[in-house]
Amino acid sequence: MSQTLTATGFMGLDSGLSRGMSLVRTVPVESAAASISETPDQRRAAWMAAAQAGDRRAYEKLLADSVALIRAAARRQGVAQDHLDDVVQETLITVHRVRHTYDPTRSYDAWLTAIANRRAIDALRSRGRRDSRELHDEFALDSHPDADDASAATESGQRAQRLREAIAELPPGQREAVEQLGLRERSLSEAAELTGRNTGALKVNLHRALKALRERFHGEP
Amino acid sequence: MENPETMSDPRPYEALIDRLGTELVPVRRLLPPWLRTAGWLLAVAAIAVLLLMHYGADPMLRRWAGTPDLGWAGMGAVITAITAAWAAFALGVPGRRASWAWLPLPGALLWIGASGLGCLRTWVAPGTQVASMHQSADCLVFIISFSIPLSALLIVLLRRACPLRPVLTAVLIGLASAAASASLLEICHSFDAAATDLVTHALAVAVVVAVNAAMGGRLLSKA
Repeated sequence: MSQTLTATGFMGLDSGLSRGMSLVRTVPVESAAASISETPDQRRAAWMAAAQAGDRRAYEKLLADSVALIRAAARRQGVAQDHLDDVVQETLITVHRVRHTYDPTRSYDAWLTAIANRRAIDALRSRGRRDSRELHDEFALDSHPDADDASAATESGQRAQRLREAIAELPPGQREAVEQLGLRERSLSEAAELTGRNTGALKVNLHRALKALRERFHGEP
Repeated sequence: MENPETMSDPRPYEALIDRLGTELVPVRRLLPPWLRTAGWLLAVAAIAVLLLMHYGADPMLRRWAGTPDLGWAGMGAVITAITAAWAAFALGVPGRRASWAWLPLPGALLWIGASGLGCLRTWVAPGTQVASMHQSADCLVFIISFSIPLSALLIVLLRRACPLRPVLTAVLIGLASAAASASLLEICHSFDAAATDLVTHALAVAVVVAVNAAMGGRLLSKA
């Protein structure tokens, strides 16, 4: 019995906190729907409770109503305007998948915002990864100030330079294979003689080197 | 603040909302975190009863009566197990505050503090001895081998949940199961809290938490 009491005590504290927060968040929406005595959060909570029981109309109203909240949450996380749609879609799909985790006695807005924040951070991270790859290219561009990106000739020159840099960074065995077989166009037996490696090892090294270079320039294989 | 033009324009999502609507089926709601915690503790309690039936409560009580700090350490481990499991279940519900993760801290401090104090004692707990390295290894094996099923059970109980912080949740799972295993070890432990023993306990807890953080995070992150 005493355990039950402590449990509700804790949850009461938690829901009080999250409800307080969600009231602050939903002020603009609230003013749009002034005529109803219940708060928009409570209305959405009731819709979600109905949706959990299988009420499709309540569910669709709830999802449509959630879009603005998701966009606001994503924008607060720093998601750019043209990527908000992705976050909204991902969040709606997650909401659908985990709708059984919502507890109708608690704030719907806090529940939704937590999911939207997570999806927004996921979106920012995947963008960050893409950006860092682009930044890498910019760095290459800056390090060759002669390059004039308007001319196709310099562009291909740059591409060759990047390729040379990438080859230089390969492990020694792979670099050797690319240099001998690829760049100097030696035959397998010539290369084997020059490097003192057997032809099988050279072939394997060349194959690995090409794979590594493909991954570097075209992302994941 | 909010841009009124973009505020509530659900039209671009109409197709998606419609599709999700057609897929809607009634769902069974997730039980409250404290109830799921109680379910897991029931499994721990069942193991404790089995161990008590085998070893009896006398050696444990005698040890605690002679050296209260060992009793406090055991109490700390039990509190840590309960609060860490509860925090893990709470974090499995979106919208719960991340500060739930601090819940096991007081219990853990009691557990670590009292065990550390045991090392400073100059007398040895009655009916025990200071464990050798070899015997300490048994404690390591005990804690780790009991932690595996207890962690697995927690992960299974959390798979229907939606832990938005999977790694933090996994750390709590590891802490809960390691603390529960250390509590169970108290029943059949015949060693005093000497430095070697404390180090093995700490090592076991660290291993369990680290393995959970590395693997559990991946298992949970599908939510």
